[in-house]
Amino acid sequence: MKKRTLALMLSAALCVGLLAGCGGSNTGSANTPAGNSPAVTESETPDNTTELSGTVNTNGSTSMESVMGYLTEGFKEVQPGITVNYTGSGSGAGVTGAQDGTCDIGLASRDLKDDETGVKQITVAKDGIAIIVNPQNPVADLSVEQIAALATGEITNWSEVGGNDGEVVFIGREAGSGTRDGFESITGTEDACKYQNELTSTGEVIANVASNPNAIGYASLSAVDETVKAITVGGVAPTEETVLDGSYAIQRNFNFIVNESTELSDAAQAFIDWATSAEAADLIASAGAVPVAE
Amino acid sequence: MNVLFFLCGFIAVVFVLFISVYLIISGLPAIQEIGLVDFLFGTTWASTASEPSFGILPFILTSIYGTAGAIVLGVPVGFMTAVFLAKVAPPKLAAVVRPAVDLLAGIPSVVYGLIGMMVLVPAVREFFNLPDGASLFCAIIVLAVMILPSIISVSENALKAVPREYEEASLALGATHIETVFRVSVPAASSGIAASVVLGIGRAIGEAMAIIMVAGNVANMPGLFKSVRFLTTAVASEMAYASGLQRQALFSIALVLFLFIMLINVVLNTLLKRKKG
Repeated sequence: MKKRTLALMLSAALCVGLLAGCGGSNTGSANTPAGNSPAVTESETPDNTTELSGTVNTNGSTSMESVMGYLTEGFKEVQPGITVNYTGSGSGAGVTGAQDGTCDIGLASRDLKDDETGVKQITVAKDGIAIIVNPQNPVADLSVEQIAALATGEITNWSEVGGNDGEVVFIGREAGSGTRDGFESITGTEDACKYQNELTSTGEVIANVASNPNAIGYASLSAVDETVKAITVGGVAPTEETVLDGSYAIQRNFNFIVNESTELSDAAQAFIDWATSAEAADLIASAGAVPVAE
Repeated sequence: MNVLFFLCGFIAVVFVLFISVYLIISGLPAIQEIGLVDFLFGTTWASTASEPSFGILPFILTSIYGTAGAIVLGVPVGFMTAVFLAKVAPPKLAAVVRPAVDLLAGIPSVVYGLIGMMVLVPAVREFFNLPDGASLFCAIIVLAVMILPSIISVSENALKAVPREYEEASLALGATHIETVFRVSVPAASSGIAASVVLGIGRAIGEAMAIIMVAGNVANMPGLFKSVRFLTTAVASEMAYASGLQRQALFSIALVLFLFIMLINVVLNTLLKRKKG
């Protein structure tokens, strides 16, 4: 009997062990995405002629987790003495953190509002989100309002927006995903989207849209390939250029928020200078965002 | 030498205890904060909404329906295959079928999921003329195939363990071979066959990877052709970016799943004990 109880506990715990393992490894990889990022070459910019040391605490937007992961790993190569910490708590908390000084740099995946005073924003990257449909779908252009209506289930048939007769299948990402947060906040469809499919990676979204003629989904601009059709929004095609010049509508800024009255530490200033320089542009692109630095 | 054996055994026990305790400690706070009734019987899961709600009834029901569906489809096929292999098949044919069944058990679940996603989901969409094929139905089919090997091999062993004298007595009384199999061998092996079904349930309810790719993962109340989320996939799909109460709630889901699996194991052990006793 004792043996059996033990065997029972063992098998049960093994099942759970699998789950626990999943969770652990996922968070691990989310924090260190730079495992496959290109190594940053030491260059001759003035920033890294002097070796600095210290800790830079950043706090805010969970959408910026991927970008921050690449940047902190890359920055380690440039300034090994500086540790950049990232806490994902949401853009609002990022702005508040910069205001009351609980972090060195706040992170916000939106622009500052008028009532958020005492801080200024430094745009480090832009996040363009492509709206993708199946290549067989004749619809080539939609307005932001139409996209929102398709997402919330107000429009249920493609014929209502000039397509073939067929029920709209809206495919998106899981709750907590930065791309989902970005899409929903830009189109104003927070908590209102009627998903048919919630997938855990951009690749799966693209694969599903590619296989279903009635599907519509969203994906990071950098991940879109030729198996799906990225539609134009209000006549503007999603490209790096249209995101940068602001003409493509479904995009947002990734901002560093810094306090206007307190001076930044040398370490924090060095990180901001480096992150907004051309040197970090490749890393930002690897993270799926559009770098603003030339 | 004995000390070495003891230590190895001890390591396993430590892991078991650590994992159980960890899961309970990390799973309970969210249940306390949300409230047990709201958590278990709430019908809305909106973990990142501005007014978040954490009801996991859709996941619990989906897991139960999905597992039940897989059993309904998988058990008859698995049972008949086991009877075929143990009692009916000519040895040469059995020698082909048995390795195929074993091979089925060895296929990684992600492969089941991938094939389900690329072949089954579009096929279901076309065949039933649905807007999208990812649904509970697809998950049930994938699970039914996945539980076949355990049902077949455990049932087959149970059937083979039936003493020859029983069957010979039946044949001597004039029963045909098939009558003997279904009237004598199967009842004699019933507890082993029941154990195989419970094992199948255990496998189906704990599966995540294969069904996350075919079920659609929307937190709907279950419906056969609706996009649904299981207990396992609820944890797996949101864990990557989860934080705060959302993350704690995912551990609570894992705790609920843990209790389900414990329950199934208790049933399994009772069945196996009855077989021996």
